[in-house]
Amino acid sequence: MQDTLAQLKRGERAIITDVSSIYIPLKLLEMGCLPGNSVELVQVAPFQDPMYLNINGSHLAIRKETASLILIEKKAHE
Amino acid sequence: MSKQINVALIGNPNTGKTSVFNALTGLNQKVGNYPGITVEKKQGICKLPRGVKAHIIDLPGTYSLNASSLDENVVIELLLNKNDKDFPDIAVVVTDVENLKRNLLLFTQIKDLEIPTLLVINMADRMSYKGISLDIDYLEEKLNTKIALVSTRKNKGIEKLKLLISNYKEVSITPCIDTTQIDPDYFGNLKKAFPNQLLYKLWLVITQDVNFGKTDRNVIDAVADFKTKSKGDLKRLQQKETIKRYQFINNALDKGQSIDLSQAKDLRIKLDRILTHKVWGYVVFGIILLTIFQAIYDWSSVPMDFIDSLFASLSEWTKNQLPQGAFTSLLAEGIIPGLGGIVIFIPQIAFLFLFIAVLEESGYMSRVVFLMDRIMRRFGLSGKSIVPLISGTACAIPAIMATRNIESWKERLITILVTPFTTCSARLPVYLIIIALVIPEGRIFGLSYQALTLMLLYLIGFGTAIVSAYILNKILKIKSKTFFVIEMPNYKLPLFKNVLLTVIEKTKAFIFGAGKIILAISIVLWFLASYGPGKEFNDAENIVKTQFASENLSIEELQQKIASHKLEHSFIGIAGHAIEPAIRPLGYDWKIGIAIVSSFAAREVFVGTLATIYSVGNDDEATIKNRMAAEVNPILGGPLFTFASGISLLLFYAFAMQCMSTLAIVKKETNSWKWPILQLVIMTAFAYIVALIAFQFLK
Repeated sequence: MQDTLAQLKRGERAIITDVSSIYIPLKLLEMGCLPGNSVELVQVAPFQDPMYLNINGSHLAIRKETASLILIEKKAHE
Repeated sequence: MSKQINVALIGNPNTGKTSVFNALTGLNQKVGNYPGITVEKKQGICKLPRGVKAHIIDLPGTYSLNASSLDENVVIELLLNKNDKDFPDIAVVVTDVENLKRNLLLFTQIKDLEIPTLLVINMADRMSYKGISLDIDYLEEKLNTKIALVSTRKNKGIEKLKLLISNYKEVSITPCIDTTQIDPDYFGNLKKAFPNQLLYKLWLVITQDVNFGKTDRNVIDAVADFKTKSKGDLKRLQQKETIKRYQFINNALDKGQSIDLSQAKDLRIKLDRILTHKVWGYVVFGIILLTIFQAIYDWSSVPMDFIDSLFASLSEWTKNQLPQGAFTSLLAEGIIPGLGGIVIFIPQIAFLFLFIAVLEESGYMSRVVFLMDRIMRRFGLSGKSIVPLISGTACAIPAIMATRNIESWKERLITILVTPFTTCSARLPVYLIIIALVIPEGRIFGLSYQALTLMLLYLIGFGTAIVSAYILNKILKIKSKTFFVIEMPNYKLPLFKNVLLTVIEKTKAFIFGAGKIILAISIVLWFLASYGPGKEFNDAENIVKTQFASENLSIEELQQKIASHKLEHSFIGIAGHAIEPAIRPLGYDWKIGIAIVSSFAAREVFVGTLATIYSVGNDDEATIKNRMAAEVNPILGGPLFTFASGISLLLFYAFAMQCMSTLAIVKKETNSWKWPILQLVIMTAFAYIVALIAFQFLK
């Protein structure tokens, strides 16, 4: 099974691979959450939710529920 | 002859668009509403080189033309309607140098509408700090536009921007992407059906759920066929479109922008480590809130006392200087005390708006939203509800408007319904005066009882809001997708000018809005208190004289007895007596009854009303507080404002829905009378019951 953004740990980076779920709001894509872009988990609130992300230089927060729809590929090591 | 051109300022939130607007127009601006809706419309005038005058509209901040809120609809409705008198001759898209890539998305969309579009790259002063360098000539060529590199903080680039605007005719209108390429089949058919229309415009009409009443009706009806594509399909096309736009942007920025990360210094990371921390984040937020409330209470007490005594002496002076008569009495006993009741709020409201503006401008508010989302969700709210709940402490009206960026309708509705429980500034004067009357002055651990009571009232308001949200969340059966996206902007030192303008503008709107109601009500009240039907009122002098003939009263005492007899039998006295049975169990007399009834227009009327009622026929100069303290309970004897009746009154005001303007705004925002009526009935009934229990228990 592929990893989702919800599984990312604080400080980890990954590449977004798929955002085709129609439950992902368009607004999120417009803010740069698109396949091929890199993503870093900057900070999490208690209970890992919401998640504060840095997507290609765009800083935004989304709920875990939405994050679990976004497929990623973890970067091995930087 | 000078001519005027229309300029639309457009941009993402947090790009400093408003600073650019302020820099262009200075104090030459006007804030109003778009007709029929409560979205703020900011416009101003700017003089350009060569005698051209620009009429500048600051459109609401939006991330894209795919609108998801009322504010964003305003942008797209204007840009799609060539017949609108405000339709721009030129659009100026404001971007933030640090988020250029994301900000350019909106730029490409506007350009594809074939409107001449300029690009402002703002916050240029931060470039070296962030290790960013730009090849402006290259970018101008690739993006097919003119660019102004601006720093509103350092006041640079504004003159160049003005020059570019004045040359609006030379700005290119070539689109950025070819809409057909998104899906050749679909858009090919669309083009065949409407050969004369702009494809991207049609596409927006198809995908957007906005009111296109003003645009070409025929197009919309005909376009209905193209809506038949399933929602999922349309969404996939929008995704493809977005990817295409980013390809275009990346193509330009790859060579046009270089970022040397080794040069970048990021304060954000350090600050966020503390401010969004699982423990420290909440501690800091708590301290900030405490500081704000302490400051509001302490800092505003001096100017408030000053205003209070100023109006008392103004009223006195008017009475002595002007010839006696109905007009003087209306002025001295109706209008001046009534206005005093509202002017006295200015310090506190200004401070509240000041703090909220600073929290928003600095970028801290987004961190609070992030911290609170999970907790608030348990109560059926969103992290974004924290903004309305905090600004609700200033005024519920802007607070309810601030719910617009909450994506889920259910979360938004619950936020709207519970926000009026938060302690708005209109409750403050009522609280302050009653606290001063019934809570003793001592201190505990260095904190005064009075300040603690006030703090407690704020907590009760907030707590009730949260608990009712929880209940509503269980009762309301609304299915709505919950999603939540919030930008975490970089921290910024708030610009003094921006903060100041916001504070002035919001305070002014509040004072004039409420002032009108209060003025009208105090005039009506004065009239009702100064005239009455029948013998008891008109013959008051003789009746009282006969009644007290045996007692040896001084002239002054007799005058007072006559005044109070008159008041009791005036129109207002009769009305007050009529409702007295309903409010006596709460510990109130008929005068408080009148104040409560008139408070249903707006809470702040309470103090003004009591001021008006107590001044009618009262000659000595005294502040409202002293007069209230002297009131005697007609049935029980002893002072009217006791601990029990005071607490009962405080609780009544904490819970009752007494603000017509809030009800009106709820009607507008929910588009139904159902919600405001429910609010009015439930909140007021709840207030009555709680006040009843409190008085019966404490007396």
